[in-house]
Amino acid sequence: SMCPGDTSVLAGLYGPAEAKISKELPDRAALEVLLRPKVGLPGVLERSREQLLRQTCEAVLLGVLHPRTAISLVLQVLSDAGSLLSCCLNAACMALLDAGLPLAALFCGVTCALQPDGTILLDPTARQEQEARAILTFAIASSDRKVLMATTKGSCSVEEMQQCLAAAQRAASTIFQFYRDSVRRRYSKS
Amino acid sequence: MAAERGMAAEALVGQVVLPGDLLLLPAHYDEDAEGERLRLSAGTAPQGRLLCGPGLRRSGAGLLVTKCGLLRHRPGGGGAYWVDSQQKRYVPVKGDHVIGIVTAKAGDVFRLDVGGSEPASLSYLAFEGATKRNRPNVQVGDLIYGQFVVANKDMEPEMVCIDSSGKSSGMGIIGQDGFLFKVSLGLIRKLLAPKCEIIQELSQLYPFEMVLGMNGRIWVKAKTVQQTLIVVNILEACEHMTAQQRKQALAKLSGN
Repeated sequence: SMCPGDTSVLAGLYGPAEAKISKELPDRAALEVLLRPKVGLPGVLERSREQLLRQTCEAVLLGVLHPRTAISLVLQVLSDAGSLLSCCLNAACMALLDAGLPLAALFCGVTCALQPDGTILLDPTARQEQEARAILTFAIASSDRKVLMATTKGSCSVEEMQQCLAAAQRAASTIFQFYRDSVRRRYSKS
Repeated sequence: MAAERGMAAEALVGQVVLPGDLLLLPAHYDEDAEGERLRLSAGTAPQGRLLCGPGLRRSGAGLLVTKCGLLRHRPGGGGAYWVDSQQKRYVPVKGDHVIGIVTAKAGDVFRLDVGGSEPASLSYLAFEGATKRNRPNVQVGDLIYGQFVVANKDMEPEMVCIDSSGKSSGMGIIGQDGFLFKVSLGLIRKLLAPKCEIIQELSQLYPFEMVLGMNGRIWVKAKTVQQTLIVVNILEACEHMTAQQRKQALAKLSGN
């Protein structure tokens, strides 16, 4: 489970398992993401987030090594205090890493909030998200800090988006170092 | 992390590597599958091909890491690099010995569940001494210890219970009683290492029979049900205990 501040998401990954004939793809693994909110049934917002997560994961997963299989990623929101999508992205990456699926690179999620006066806040809380003019979430890959996914809520200019992107890429290094430290701690026990 | 973009493979042996890390190989491995190179220096550079094992893929000038884990190196015979990762899900590999559970009999072929993404198939003729008239006595629900003869990502895996010379060498139907349970693949590899301490210490506790499958399944049989369950519990707990804690647990049990 991932916890920046008070937002926490539990991720479980199952696979590569047998796929239903209707869902199997002949040349790669079929990835399915299920996002469950803390209360209530999953709605349209969860569905759109699931698609964003799925496309990001498929960009790094080497699905061609497991054709005709199904990989399911289930995310359960435990508490939400802002920056939920980037928390889900980080949890998804750690789940892929932990399960031992072949990946071409790692990715992390960073949320930027653009204040009305133009300042950029990283990983905003729910309150800061509401006051912000625009909220941008980026998924950044570990190889050369490429952008895998970008989604915006609100309006901002192109220059402001570039600035947010640069700030997010710098912040991504901290998250990748955290991944490295967690994995080191896990393998130091054996 | 621009520094990670191409670190020398030798420097990272024994360290944790993450997917996306690029490992550079020393110059004498450089591309030359067919020819022999004239070496002017009397170096100790190994001849032969470099083996790229699980968790690594060839990419351009070096090796790309695809799984997280510890990087290992074996210097003999051209050298081999691989990543030791901890995983619970099994992916069939040719030559692996596994324990399968018979789920169906379809004509001349048994379907076995080996814990992978597809059921494996086992022909009734692939047992020692089996002929068309002399069929092996296999029922649904039996445990079979065999090895993979075909296992790649594109085809359904196939198993046999004889080796290349036609002898069974320990493979076949596993007998009655005993207890089957699942552990992680890393623990199985640890137990299969020569002179494993865990097995030596356990065998001093009670005598027991054990079959280890590379798909994470272990079958144990001791004299009584209680002893069997004690051995099972210790093996399952071994993953998370250090050697010290294990010795303490065994000492407590043998004291009883």
